[in-house]
Amino acid sequence: MHVILFALFAVFCLAGAINLLVQTHPINSALSLIVVMTSLAVMYLLLGAEFLAAAQVIVYAGAVMVLFTFVIMLLNAGREERTRGSSVARTIGLPAVVVILAVLATIILHVQGLGNTSLGQGITTTEELSTVLFHELLLPFEVTSVLILIAILGAVALARVEGSSPDDAERTGQ
Amino acid sequence: MTLLAFFLWNLAKVIVVTVILLLGVAYTVLLERKLVGRIQNRWGPNRVGPFGLLQPLVDGAKSFLKEDLIPTAVYRPLYLLAPILSLGCALISIGVIPFGIPHAGPGGVDLFEISDVHIGLLIILGVTSMGVYGIALAGWSSNNKYSLLGSLRSSAQLVSYELALGLSLVGVVLRTGSFSLRDIVEHQATRGIVTWNIFGGLQILGFFIYLMAAYAETNRCPFDLPEAESELTGGYHTEYSSMKFAMFFMAEYANMINVGCVATLLFLGGWTSPFGDLIGPFQSGLVNALLSLFWFVIKVFAFLCLYVWVRGTLPRFRYDQLMNFGWRWLLPLAIFNIVGTSLWYAFR
Repeated sequence: MHVILFALFAVFCLAGAINLLVQTHPINSALSLIVVMTSLAVMYLLLGAEFLAAAQVIVYAGAVMVLFTFVIMLLNAGREERTRGSSVARTIGLPAVVVILAVLATIILHVQGLGNTSLGQGITTTEELSTVLFHELLLPFEVTSVLILIAILGAVALARVEGSSPDDAERTGQ
Repeated sequence: MTLLAFFLWNLAKVIVVTVILLLGVAYTVLLERKLVGRIQNRWGPNRVGPFGLLQPLVDGAKSFLKEDLIPTAVYRPLYLLAPILSLGCALISIGVIPFGIPHAGPGGVDLFEISDVHIGLLIILGVTSMGVYGIALAGWSSNNKYSLLGSLRSSAQLVSYELALGLSLVGVVLRTGSFSLRDIVEHQATRGIVTWNIFGGLQILGFFIYLMAAYAETNRCPFDLPEAESELTGGYHTEYSSMKFAMFFMAEYANMINVGCVATLLFLGGWTSPFGDLIGPFQSGLVNALLSLFWFVIKVFAFLCLYVWVRGTLPRFRYDQLMNFGWRWLLPLAIFNIVGTSLWYAFR
């Protein structure tokens, strides 16, 4: 059962990823990305990470991708133009992909403690996850949240028009 | 239980629950038309059947028989996908909602819940957040200015209010320590109304934040800007006709029912009686099961009436008011609620 589901959603995931690259219209690409992300959520669920699966759907497929489609709709982006692609990409693209895959595979195979979860092995509850996250990994967790906060402040600072307060923008019509 | 029995039970539950939900959707429309009619000092539909009770069936037949127009300039694949997505997402989340006492069926089968999952609450949130795509794509693929404006408004509104919605539920999860809807109900059911999350769990602020965010999430008055007919002629479904239009409407009302169910489960004690152990548990399992179903339905019904009442009495927000309210009031209040609840449970 687990293997069938895995195969099914692996196919969905890969098909979505290929469709993302092939499609010329941005909104089709964005929708393919949603398919990829929800398929990944099913993968997480199959590996027993139920909270991660739910977070994947809520945050990535639900919130981030809504913003993507929102921006595409707002800019009314048209079709992409097909180009021949750069000659550099054509010559070293494929070898580079092979090299990266090889490096990743070597690392994953050599690191201890990775790969000791298998399909359908049982579910990691949210409690176990949060115990690890807030006891052993508390410092990295907090540092990440500071990083995100800095990113938000940076985005606000960049998006703000020079010399205008938020109230001005409101009065002149959003 | 064998695999076959499991499969048959679940198939039966899915069919029965879906049919009941769709009937509920049809009669919620009638309830709304009747109640809004009385609020506006008129009768509402009363010609078809006794008290107009057959009106939903006639409406449904009319939607089916109408000509299905597809404008030539639409982007067809997404135009056709959007109503399916909308209705699909609205119908899925009922799958994790428990309506009555567990293990009520023969042999301990969960008769009143399609599936009991650890992360029921998160699944509902996830499915709700996916429901945006139906509306967003409908507006975009229709190739119409009004539709696009409607769906842009809707996406912005849903993304903004989803934060407050999610955060308002954290207090409940803090109290229960579980995402399972069944655990949440059983945890607040010990002494009836006194221990419900809204009172005993001190989540009355969380309840009101949830209520308002949920109104915005379901595009209902006073947050129905995505389909403000005086400005946008109809919003995201302007270009839809016949059954496709009806599907958007069914999705909206199914979402209302879902919101009612979730509010009932999280804040109002789910299927348990407000009198705690003063009335029952009875000897007969059947009476207990029916009573739990009765309490659940009556709470959801009260919620739907509240929805209609609000629609009948409040005017629509302006768009900047909507955004200000969501970000400057609801979100800080929700965060305050989380901090307060955490402090209470840490130091009491």
